[in-house]
Amino acid sequence: MSLVSAVLISTAWIDPDRLPVLICGLVAIGIVLYTTFWRRGQERARMREIPGLKAVEEAIGRATEMARPILYTPGWGGDIQRPTTIASLNILSHVADKTAQYDCQLVYPTHDPVIMTVAQEVVRESYARAGCEDRFREDDIRYVSSSQFGYAAAVDGLISRLQPASIFLLGTFEAESLILAETGNSVGAIQIAGTDSTIQLSFFIVACDYTLIGEELFAASGYLSGDASILASVRAQDSLKVLIVVFLVLATIWATIAPDSSWWRF
Amino acid sequence: MRRKFPQLVCGLIGLLLFVVYFSRHPIASSINETVTREYWQIVFAFALLVGVVSFAKINLQGIERGEDRLYRIISLVGLISMPVLALIWGIGTGSPFMWVFDNVQVPMQSTVFALLAFFVASASLRGFRARSGPAFILLLAAMVALISRSDVGDLMSARFSDFAEWIRSNPSMSARRAILIGIGLGSLTTSLRVLLGLERTWLGKESK
Repeated sequence: MSLVSAVLISTAWIDPDRLPVLICGLVAIGIVLYTTFWRRGQERARMREIPGLKAVEEAIGRATEMARPILYTPGWGGDIQRPTTIASLNILSHVADKTAQYDCQLVYPTHDPVIMTVAQEVVRESYARAGCEDRFREDDIRYVSSSQFGYAAAVDGLISRLQPASIFLLGTFEAESLILAETGNSVGAIQIAGTDSTIQLSFFIVACDYTLIGEELFAASGYLSGDASILASVRAQDSLKVLIVVFLVLATIWATIAPDSSWWRF
Repeated sequence: MRRKFPQLVCGLIGLLLFVVYFSRHPIASSINETVTREYWQIVFAFALLVGVVSFAKINLQGIERGEDRLYRIISLVGLISMPVLALIWGIGTGSPFMWVFDNVQVPMQSTVFALLAFFVASASLRGFRARSGPAFILLLAAMVALISRSDVGDLMSARFSDFAEWIRSNPSMSARRAILIGIGLGSLTTSLRVLLGLERTWLGKESK
């Protein structure tokens, strides 16, 4: 251990329990920065086809043809600080671009007034970009209730009354996930869902037409926009995944040969 | 400037919170507490006001147009009456606020939650169809998990429960962890993109 790190730990500036996480975090950040800023210009990143994101166009087109609205909701579990909510807002921006072009109503109920304010700004900008700001209706991006089942009842009510042709359930969902997905299914809407909750994913897979599993939700921004920096950061994710797999294989072999070892358990 | 300033604030606060997370110094803990709790509560209080105004506006416009008038009036009465009851009689046990909470809000929430049982049944009916080999294996695993958790499972051999537990903690957990690793890495790169200003959608992106 170097003198600097010894001094930092002894004066309690660094929590020794979190030191391994700090080291791994810095390595991960280094790889992301290297891939994003150094290598992005050197080679063109290509992303595999994600059916859930490919279906976004289809879902918007369907709603436009049927002259029925699109309902988009980020779930009850997240707030604006959560990366899942940011990822969901990225997809919202793309969806709003298209609904503005096709003059299709986009309804966005949420449980969080901060998310509502940010979503209003995102959708307003999309409509402005499409040159049809007059079509933007602020009231369609609405706060319904902070209570979990109050939110579920309000969104259920909207689905039943508006009969949307397409429903996007993208964000952090908890117990309300299946209530919303099944109600959407009962009105015959095409449903695209994605969440970071592994428990709710199984409900979405059963009840929705397309489900973005895990990292697919976070890769959506690069997939839909084609932005080189974002695609490069998605590539960094893959490099990190390879590192983790190598580590897991090594740790498994090590634990098999020396069952009492514990260096890999941090 | 409209975008640069929020981006700068976001980057600096993000960096600060990253640094203080790995420190156990009292100053770091105090910064963490102040930013993540106190500042957040202040921001949320103002945003809640915006949300409540939006809620009231939408419902008042609906009443004016004659759409679902009764339901909208009930919503607005609920919105106004609860803070009024809390301000006049407080929120202690036996207060009118708690009476409304226990006898109106809690039963309504329970009713919506109870819908889940029916939705699980209808979703299972669609999901557990053995249309292919993997779907058949999924159906078998689900049946084993369901039976082991029910009263019938208690009557069966202990090996059956052990097998169900093995499914939960090995194949099921492995798949779950793989998804969790992907989510963790996705969260990391998304957060970095926001902090570095590569991701600006939350600011409304730039108009072309």
